[in-house]
Amino acid sequence: MSNVSSKPGRWIDLANPTRFLNLAESVLPWLGAMTLITLAIGFWMSMAAPDDYQQGVTVKIMFIHVPFAWLSMMCYTVMSIAALGTLVWRHPLADVAAKAAAPIGAVFTALALITGSLWGKPMWGTWWVWDARLTSVFVLFLMYLGVIALTRAMDDPAKSAKVTAILTLVGFVNIPIIKFSVNWWNTLHQPASVIRMGGSTIDPSLLRPLLVMAIGFTLLFFTLHIMAMRNEIWRRRVTAMRRIAARSAERKDT
Amino acid sequence: MGALFIRDARLGLRAGGGALVGILFFLAVIAVVPFGVGPDLKLLARIGAAMLWIGALLATLLGLDRLFQADREDGSLDILIMASERHMLALTVLVKCLAHWTVSVLPLVIAAPLLGLFMNMEPVAIGATTLTLLIGTPAITLIGAVGAAVAVSLPRGGLLVSVIVLPLTIPVLIFGVSASYGAIEDPAPFLAPLLILGAITLFFAVIGPWAAAAALKSSAD
Repeated sequence: MSNVSSKPGRWIDLANPTRFLNLAESVLPWLGAMTLITLAIGFWMSMAAPDDYQQGVTVKIMFIHVPFAWLSMMCYTVMSIAALGTLVWRHPLADVAAKAAAPIGAVFTALALITGSLWGKPMWGTWWVWDARLTSVFVLFLMYLGVIALTRAMDDPAKSAKVTAILTLVGFVNIPIIKFSVNWWNTLHQPASVIRMGGSTIDPSLLRPLLVMAIGFTLLFFTLHIMAMRNEIWRRRVTAMRRIAARSAERKDT
Repeated sequence: MGALFIRDARLGLRAGGGALVGILFFLAVIAVVPFGVGPDLKLLARIGAAMLWIGALLATLLGLDRLFQADREDGSLDILIMASERHMLALTVLVKCLAHWTVSVLPLVIAAPLLGLFMNMEPVAIGATTLTLLIGTPAITLIGAVGAAVAVSLPRGGLLVSVIVLPLTIPVLIFGVSASYGAIEDPAPFLAPLLILGAITLFFAVIGPWAAAAALKSSAD
């Protein structure tokens, strides 16, 4: 039995929720510790980083705003890959992954919008403008909420999995629009300055803390995601056990 | 396919089909606008194209939840899905969308010039807005088909369909309104947004029915 099931790759192994739970159990402490350390280093580095010659101390908002914005897009990409996993490979955990990622992504998107607006007030003189980047990120936030609403609307996870996956994939159209909105339209939001042809336009003294913070927040996302997936698996098991208990109680009565 | 088109069109036109209610809703939304922003004719002329677009968008969303639900209730949806061995299900969905658009959205487009007069718009602007509505509204129906198919098994999916579909229709609204403004204001281009609008419609004519068919299949069981 054991040598039959262990033959396929590691990816298939994870399809068994118990194995996933075991893996999560062993990985989570390390991931959490790494997240804490990286975020602490990143925080210290961003505090020590010099002020911008134009923006002054408000440039420090960048160290949290940019990672949040990156993660809001990455999380939707993760959800889309999970949606593909549901539809194409019928991976049993893909649906759990997509469901667990949606609220986290919505929170990151909301934080990116809030920190961006806090940064925009001193720099642009306004909390909010209807520019292409801001609008498309706001649309992304609405789509997260739509996906969450749809998932919550159906109580049977087997049913909601596929339709949510389809909706997620259709909504993925928005991600390239967000990414390139600053290049396609002439907007108030600055164009891409970290990853671009011809090297970054940010000074290394500011870029290094930013990258550390980005790695820290990415680790944080994966920690939270694995924890949320674990909770979701446990929640489904509790529901299943309750159903079994209810059925056996019925039998005893009669 | 032709028979399906005629059947859906007839069902939509019949009393209770909701085609007439859509126009009334459109009319009501446009009539409410002057009360909200005040009867300033210049202001109304300026925002007229945007208001017509928003009204048409909302009126289109209103009827979307019935696209598949009525068929699901009387069981004909299951028959359509079972017939997917002979016809591609995506094609069936496309025909249903076309029928829905002809019956309940095309009247909105036809009513738009009349409502444009209410908004004190110039003849050129009215023509441009009607043209953009004609090209852009099929995209809304096709995107909406995905939402309607996803929420078809829910007992009260109407509001959820609108919440899901609205964010996806924002590009249609943006390019539709900017093309309408491009026709009256000089520096803004008219043709470019109009062509993008057509591209969006064609894009969703491929993606929409395909995704909706996949969702219908999974909810059929």
